[in-house]
Amino acid sequence: MFEPILLKNVDVPGGHLLSTYEAGGGYQALVKVLREYTPDEVVELVKRSNLRGRGGAGFLTGMKWSFVPKQSSKPKYLCCNADEGEPGTFKDRILMERDPHQLIEGLAVSAYAIGAKTAYVYIRGEYVTAIRRLEQAIAEAHAKGYLGSRILGSDFNFTVHIHCGAGAYICGEETAMLESLEGRRAQPRLKPPFPAVAGLYASPTVINNVETLACVPHIVVRGSDWFRDIGPEKSPGPKLYCVSGQVRKPGLYELPMGIPLRELVDHAGGPPPGRRIKAVIPGGVSAPVIPEHGLDVGMDFDSLAAAGSMLGSAGVIVIDNSTCMVKVATRIIEFFHHESCGKCTPCREGLNWVVKILRRIEAGDGAPGDLEQLDMLCKGIFGNTFCALGDGAAMGLRAALKHFREEFVAHIEERRCPLH
Amino acid sequence: MREKIEEAAARYPDQRSAIMPALRIAQTEHGHLPGPVLEEVANILGVERIWVYELATFYTLFHTEPVGMFHLQLCDNVSCMLCRSEDLLRHLEEVLGIKKGETTPDRLFTLSTVECLGACEMAPVMQVGDDYHGDLDIARIDALLDRLR
Ligand SMILES: NC(=O)C1=CN([C@@H]2O[C@H](COP(=O)(O)OP(=O)(O)OC[C@H]3O[C@@H](n4cnc5c(N)ncnc54)[C@H](O)[C@@H]3O)[C@@H](O)[C@H]2O)C=CC1
Ligand SMILES: Cc1cc2nc3c(=O)[nH]c(=O)nc-3n(C[C@H](O)[C@H](O)[C@H](O)COP(=O)(O)O)c2cc1C
Ligand code: SF4
Ligand code: FES
Repeated sequence: MFEPILLKNVDVPGGHLLSTYEAGGGYQALVKVLREYTPDEVVELVKRSNLRGRGGAGFLTGMKWSFVPKQSSKPKYLCCNADEGEPGTFKDRILMERDPHQLIEGLAVSAYAIGAKTAYVYIRGEYVTAIRRLEQAIAEAHAKGYLGSRILGSDFNFTVHIHCGAGAYICGEETAMLESLEGRRAQPRLKPPFPAVAGLYASPTVINNVETLACVPHIVVRGSDWFRDIGPEKSPGPKLYCVSGQVRKPGLYELPMGIPLRELVDHAGGPPPGRRIKAVIPGGVSAPVIPEHGLDVGMDFDSLAAAGSMLGSAGVIVIDNSTCMVKVATRIIEFFHHESCGKCTPCREGLNWVVKILRRIEAGDGAPGDLEQLDMLCKGIFGNTFCALGDGAAMGLRAALKHFREEFVAHIEERRCPLH
Repeated sequence: MREKIEEAAARYPDQRSAIMPALRIAQTEHGHLPGPVLEEVANILGVERIWVYELATFYTLFHTEPVGMFHLQLCDNVSCMLCRSEDLLRHLEEVLGIKKGETTPDRLFTLSTVECLGACEMAPVMQVGDDYHGDLDIARIDALLDRLR
């Protein structure tokens, strides 16, 4: 049994209260860094841990922090990405609802490291319970002197504000989030400059995912070697996997990075009685689907990339043999089409065409040449869009067309879905 | 409303950032966001009216048109679809006598489908007001509607 780290308090009654968090050793990381570490030493510690961003791209967290200019006339900001819109993903919601102080401590330690006095937590507006819990926890932490001015007698001042999203997937893209925070429509900005150099109000800004920040206090308390020794050295740590779909025990599982996907699906009870697994999407719908024979891949950034997919948000969606892959692919592209912000043509127009063709094929109205047309459209979208939304859509469809081409062909030839 | 909006605005160095929180506050107070409310928000914050309109129409959680007393938001993204959310939609349309996107004539229920609610472990899921209802089936939907009525 893997000892839960991030989920330690999640099933404890009252796990969201400060008293519970403190009883389990909470806020000791903050005490420790304020007493014993300079900000640079915290950055070094996180660098040595090889912690990589849990928001999906897997960028080295310590490295990102070190890009924040030391001398800056502007204030520095920390933003927590709690927009969690990737279909199949629910880990950040559970972390915020059940153990908000873990996130607050992570924010405080990270802000100390990068020299920020203010943090904004951008939470998707639907997460009402998480918003309330986090608000309560911030108030509790203020009252106890873990937030505010001269924290724990040091000269570190730090405040956390919540900013509620209002239902747009694109706000999870970090530069779109910054636009949204500045009070504009959420459309991505060109990178570089990266936010670490010029982000919120053109000031140096670090943006990290909820789970990334939640790892930080544990690295401080247990050390960077401890963290690096869990799972693959280049992609280490405890990891939250969101398992959903056609599986007996859907839920949030904390296991080491790199665990084989097959083992993870077994942890979740395998497929429903009488069914077989057909495919698994390993990292939210932006991640290319993996057919059953590929399930021995390790669930970490590098292994999944080598296998032609990605860890992404670790939203693991299990699909069994009763399900039509054309239908799944269509639904996924409908999602991206709906959420496209409309800023660039390949994504806005390309996905519009793709949706039309897929819907036609699914309805039994496909024509010869449709699949070649889809291949062409994917090629036109991939690599030609402003942000990674378009890429994610194209990569996912390509994988479905590659691994399950015979299902698409059958729809076109038989003029109906062979499964329905 | 003014007081709450001013309190929210104090969290940002720029008033424009406070438009989203202000709209959230205004919508809680008024149920939806008609033109005069948007103008009031712009006045309280002292920002351009067009900036406020822009956000009220870009983000799907803001409603410029009224919605029913209970907004039934059924997730039909992949994980919920794999757990048969379509059957639930068909059932809801039948018992409410409306199509998705519509409101019942008594203005009690508005029915919508939404993208992933971030609660796929309890698929199929529906949000009603602030609350999530998970592991739904037809019997649970009926019980829920009875309670709301
Ligand atoms: N969690 C979720 O709900 C979702 C996650 N995603 C994930 O998002 C990923 C794409 O995210 P992006 O932010 O576009 O990836 P990215 O690779 O552009 O950036 C990743 C992070 O590293 C930073 N970074 C990269 N190079 C840098 C440099 N040279 N200097 C300073 N900072 C640098 C970026 O600012 C960012 O914070 C996808 O892989 C996908 O898995 C996508 C949709 C939803
Ligand atoms: C379309 C799109 C949506 C995204 N949504 C999220 C999200 O909901 N949550 C998140 O943490 N990162 C999301 N990301 C990734 C962020 O842009 C960014 O890489 C991440 O927040 C950085 O934090 P990390 O380094 O801790 O992972 C998204 C990226 C794209 C392209
Ligand atoms: S790829 Fe899509 S979501 Fe991203 S900027 Fe272009 S239109 Fe907007
Ligand atoms: S797909 Fe329905 S809650 Fe995620």
